[in-house]
Amino acid sequence: MALKLAGYGLMQGLFVVLKSMTRKRITEQYPEERLTVSRRTRAQELVWDPDRCTGCATCVKACPQGNIKIKTSIGPDNKYVVEKFENDEGRCIFCGLCVESCPYEALFFGRSYERSQYQRNQLVADIDEMTSPEKEKSAYYRPELYDSLPEQTLLIYRKHKRIL
Amino acid sequence: MVMKTELVTLNMGPHHPSTHGVFRMRVTLDGEVVVEMEPMFGYLHRGLEKLAEGRTYTQIIPFTDRLDYVSSMAGNLAYCVAVEKLAQVEVPERAEYIRVIICELQRMVNHLIAVGFFINDLGALQTPLQYMWREREKVVDLFEMQSGQRFLYNYMRIGGVSHDLAPEFIPALKKFLDDFIGYYEEFEDLLKGNEIIQSRTIGTGVISAEQAIDYAMSGPCLRATGVNWDLRRDDSYSIYDRFDFDVIVGENGDNWDRYRVRMGEIMQSHRIIRQALEQLEELSPGSVNAELPQLLRPPVGEAYAAIEAPKGEMGFYLVSDGSIAPYRWHCRAPDFVNLCALRDMVVGGKIADLIVTFGSIDICLASVDR
Amino acid sequence: MISLTDIATQAPVASWWLDSPVSSDWPCHNFWAHWAVFSAGIIIGVLLVVMAFIWFERRFIAPMQLRIGPNRCGPFGLLQPVADAIKVLMKEDIVPAVADKTVHFLAPILIFVPVLLMFAVIPFQNGVGLIPDLNVGLLFIVAVGSIETVAVFMAGYGSNNKYALVGAMRSVAMMVSYEMPMALAAIAVIIVSGTLSMQGIVMEQSVPFALLLPMSFIFYFTCALAELQRTPFDLLEAESEIIAGYHIEYSGMKFAMFYLGEYAGAIIQSAIIVTLFLSGWKGPILPPFVWFLIKLFAVFGMIVWFRATWPRVRIDQLMEFAWKYMLPLSLINLLIVAIETILWDPVQWWLVPVNIVITAVLLTGWAGMFKLRGGSEVGA
Repeated sequence: MALKLAGYGLMQGLFVVLKSMTRKRITEQYPEERLTVSRRTRAQELVWDPDRCTGCATCVKACPQGNIKIKTSIGPDNKYVVEKFENDEGRCIFCGLCVESCPYEALFFGRSYERSQYQRNQLVADIDEMTSPEKEKSAYYRPELYDSLPEQTLLIYRKHKRIL
Repeated sequence: MVMKTELVTLNMGPHHPSTHGVFRMRVTLDGEVVVEMEPMFGYLHRGLEKLAEGRTYTQIIPFTDRLDYVSSMAGNLAYCVAVEKLAQVEVPERAEYIRVIICELQRMVNHLIAVGFFINDLGALQTPLQYMWREREKVVDLFEMQSGQRFLYNYMRIGGVSHDLAPEFIPALKKFLDDFIGYYEEFEDLLKGNEIIQSRTIGTGVISAEQAIDYAMSGPCLRATGVNWDLRRDDSYSIYDRFDFDVIVGENGDNWDRYRVRMGEIMQSHRIIRQALEQLEELSPGSVNAELPQLLRPPVGEAYAAIEAPKGEMGFYLVSDGSIAPYRWHCRAPDFVNLCALRDMVVGGKIADLIVTFGSIDICLASVDR
Repeated sequence: MISLTDIATQAPVASWWLDSPVSSDWPCHNFWAHWAVFSAGIIIGVLLVVMAFIWFERRFIAPMQLRIGPNRCGPFGLLQPVADAIKVLMKEDIVPAVADKTVHFLAPILIFVPVLLMFAVIPFQNGVGLIPDLNVGLLFIVAVGSIETVAVFMAGYGSNNKYALVGAMRSVAMMVSYEMPMALAAIAVIIVSGTLSMQGIVMEQSVPFALLLPMSFIFYFTCALAELQRTPFDLLEAESEIIAGYHIEYSGMKFAMFYLGEYAGAIIQSAIIVTLFLSGWKGPILPPFVWFLIKLFAVFGMIVWFRATWPRVRIDQLMEFAWKYMLPLSLINLLIVAIETILWDPVQWWLVPVNIVITAVLLTGWAGMFKLRGGSEVGA
């Protein structure tokens, strides 16, 4: 170190910082631009298919928190009719164990992450919300949906324009 | 003439802009010099060990994410290795390679963040931190592609991993690895020769090798003192014996050595990932998860297994009584053990070095308090 | 031999600006009208440039950290300082009950006013300024600049808070020990230019003194960073280790005065560096006032650049650096400059590379003998 100029390391640091000023900024201007989430995203909602569900409650047993609540009754020809299927999304940790454990593949993850409400009791997703037709399904543990979903934006490939 | 000064007791409370989480320290000062330091933690205790006693083995995996949330893949992996040792489960080859790649990526990213926050504590206004965070974002995008979330991944399962590699994963990973070398050179240019960093970290926060072994430290903190011990090589788990890597060892056990050991380990992880990618290409595609019943009932007994997590030796101790939930679940958190040595590192030094030393041990309070 | 004083009168300024349209009696040939116009102009100008500096700092640090700065308040975030000012004004003004009321009240005023006073002797253009050709201009600046030290101590003492007092004492120690190399570096400039008047110093430079006296420039810049308490010497400002600085008990408008005082200090130190070392308002083609602003922003840009890159030094390393490194070297620098000025009276152009080489050798050699020590060697 005695042979190098005193302060040489400091100068080197300055030029590294100057060089990175010429690079692209990595900020995204939310909410004007939104990046596409992964195809296997575990977003903040669950999607339920009432035709495939038989009311076996495997998902209820698989949940570490005990969020999912199912109420069934015996319908005609001795099958379960699901009357209430609720997921308390305020307590849910979105781990995905319920989606993995469903033997009939009736439960999916959604793809929306902008789901905040003003009160905690509005966060409980009841049966109308779970079957709402606007929800997209994600391909977490459902590989047949993988190809129909858009590609994820990766920072490795992202060509971001410079804003001043 | 000796000046009589009073001892001042200072409380660096749980809310503090410089500590990495809710951590309290009661420091006794004599002017500028630290005479006594008493750490108090437990502000983030959530009772995970008790919660785990009522849940099945698969349901505990999301909890292991929340231990060290900066590198949660390592927490997952440690737990799965422990359960596989208890229940004697064979993991398929492809899953082992995927686990190694993911764990080494996690190590790279964790060390980048650790060094970034360390430099932040020195006062560099977060500029190096932002550069390292950019690299972490690239890797977190890859993890999102695999597991679905950017933060608490819940990716490893008992007997393998939950999903196979996505088709875009390997090309993106190769591009990341190629670009990373250039950025790593930049980090070295920015920080290694910086005289201010050198003068503030060389010789501060020193712990000797005997003290470190007495305190049962592990990980980069132990290797910085000169002890050549790495669980990946010495007590090998998974398939680490097929890879060729060096173990970086420091000399003095001060802040500068911990920083250098971490930067060196980043490049060694890079090396391991490249070798794993080559060996993975020659492997025939197979399943990534062993065939296990949905509710696993391990035989009665106990097991302890540890891995080389980025922060040190992370181990799990499990006692099973034959049912679907463990009878006892205990986590040996590396930063809890490393934190206990903080007092010896700090006493005798200056107050300005206290924060820097605390940042160089690289703790995550959620793992300390469990 | 071509002397610099010969070139000085043919300096590269568009000649139609060289004859000042503004004499020292403008307007109305009455000094008080002149004083009123320029005082108002300087106060308004300082406030506007402070806002511009705040905006510039945030937008300039952001690309270094790979992000975009504020861009939501107004186009390109230009109204962001206005939003900050409104926010600070709306806060409640809390005075501690056990504080010394008079001292607590006077301290922010005493931090801001000397900075404004120093603007009186800066030439913004040829002869344009309040009193730019005051024949003791530089002495006035050094004298008035020392009042800030007292004001900082008043702020810490008046808060009646143990940590504010310790922070203020540290700050006073730092500012006092960095004023000496600063004054010695400025004396080197006086020796070369032969006059204390700021207007005269600018007129004497056709080669900027930053090239002719590189060691003075580096030392003055470093001491200015220490006086402004900016990285790498900002141990008392942003998120310091425990002691939050001398202004922890201030809120509302008084805190705004501290903030203003800090940025106004940045402006005045940049203006002094531009005047003393970078040949003031001189430059081709563009009007001189525009050159002054460009150089001002360039110097401030360098200050911001250093803030973004380097970590901070510790307090004992800071004092060692000032007393053991900068003070002896600035005395040696003074000796060398004095010898050169006596031997070669009209200053020759080839002294520029000679001085640069001497600077490099001295800085490196002295640093080899002195190393900033880390660790727990207290007083070793």
